Amino acid sequence: MSTGHYWLVIGGVLFVILNTAAGLIWLERRMLALWQDRYGPNRAGPFGLFIVLADTIKLFFKEDWIPPFADKVVFVFAPAVVVASVLLSFTIIPFAPNVVVADFNVGVLFFLAMSSMGVYSIVLGGWASNNKYALLGAMRGASQMISYEVFMGLSLMGVVILSGSFNLSEIVAAQKNGWYILPQCVGFFIFLIAGIAETHRLPFDIPEAESELVAGFHSEYSGMKFGMIFIGEYMGITLISSMVVTLYFGGWLGPAFLPPVIWFVLKTFVFIMLFILLRASMPRPRYDQLMEYGWKILFPLSLVNLLITAAIKLLI
Amino acid sequence: MFSLLRSMWLVFLHMFHKRETYQYPEERAPLPARWRGRIALTRDPDGGERCVGCYLCAAACPVDCISLQATEDEHGRRYPEFFRINFSRCIFCGSCEEACPTYAIQLLPDFEMAEYNRQNLVYEKENLLINSEGKYPGYNYYRVAGMAIDGKAKGEAEHEEPPVDIKSLLP
Repeated sequence: MSTGHYWLVIGGVLFVILNTAAGLIWLERRMLALWQDRYGPNRAGPFGLFIVLADTIKLFFKEDWIPPFADKVVFVFAPAVVVASVLLSFTIIPFAPNVVVADFNVGVLFFLAMSSMGVYSIVLGGWASNNKYALLGAMRGASQMISYEVFMGLSLMGVVILSGSFNLSEIVAAQKNGWYILPQCVGFFIFLIAGIAETHRLPFDIPEAESELVAGFHSEYSGMKFGMIFIGEYMGITLISSMVVTLYFGGWLGPAFLPPVIWFVLKTFVFIMLFILLRASMPRPRYDQLMEYGWKILFPLSLVNLLITAAIKLLI
Repeated sequence: MFSLLRSMWLVFLHMFHKRETYQYPEERAPLPARWRGRIALTRDPDGGERCVGCYLCAAACPVDCISLQATEDEHGRRYPEFFRINFSRCIFCGSCEEACPTYAIQLLPDFEMAEYNRQNLVYEKENLLINSEGKYPGYNYYRVAGMAIDGKAKGEAEHEEPPVDIKSLLP
């Protein structure tokens, strides 16, 4: 890869991801409204698209207040973690052949490591806020993390066994003769559930839980620091969607009448919509229910899935 | 698990349902006739003011937003010298309408009263008076009440018998 191509990919990925995250604000409000028999924001600009602009300007110009009782250094540091870790995770995703920022040979491991870092923003942010609701949210975030992180990694191992590689580009290339959704259907469901928990989206928005904990771990955040957490969440949705597409739905593979990038974007879009649909339709479980569900059902299930996949791979 | 998928599907189908929203400035919700909105002072069928300045509305008002001063004209009819409603205080409870003995003060199905200047929410009598009989067409207080005014002595009101001469024994 030449240096020019390299910078183009980095710039392009950064531009697209950040704008997708902003656009998702509009998309989510519009889709939630549609599913609740409303219209959603439809006044500012065509289809209400300028609401994104208005929201961004609002976030930038709001008072960025640090509470006097907070631990200032950690308080400022925490929101940056979630954005940085999600953006770093995007480096390993192959958007099209040769369009990938870092072609790691341990891409899957890097993704797992980086996406787990996101929980630091919740725990540290909640702790530094020095507020009981924020602390409760942080505690729930930590408990949620230890329950989903294990089976999240294990569910991916089925794909790794089938493709024989940790490199995401090679995993996509290995799906040429059939997407992994068929042989790894159990792994797909487990990864999707873990991914929802990873992004802290409904129904697993337990650390945030605005109906119980004010706003959970980010109760004390305002202005652009809240904006970072907000954008981090939307980028997380995009990340998990594109990971699901890369690992189980053949990434950029698709019939040749459309370019590979378009196929990738289309498939990712479907999963982003699924995330929003989940938010529109699911109630939130208690966090002990989530832990129980994770440890007692999904964790053994992912182990069984891994065992069977390995056995089949050995026998064939 | 099945119920979760089913609820997701049902929520998805809502995409094709009819919207509940009224697109407000272009499309308005139908307001019922008894909707409690802007307060107005109505007139009787002859075009005179119905309000007789009895202060009952001001007394009934829970937020004290009505103030008025009663006076009497040369025909012996009472009317308010000034009548002021501060709509920045009004809670549109309708107690004034219930209290009014002459059907003068009425709440109309109209809520578009927003102002940029707070002072503009104080309505004076000329702002409150409307050229309508409101919800009680044909009602004229002085024509049904026993009170004597110029051109109508005691006993001349509708359904009213002439006053009894208490000094006479004849029936």
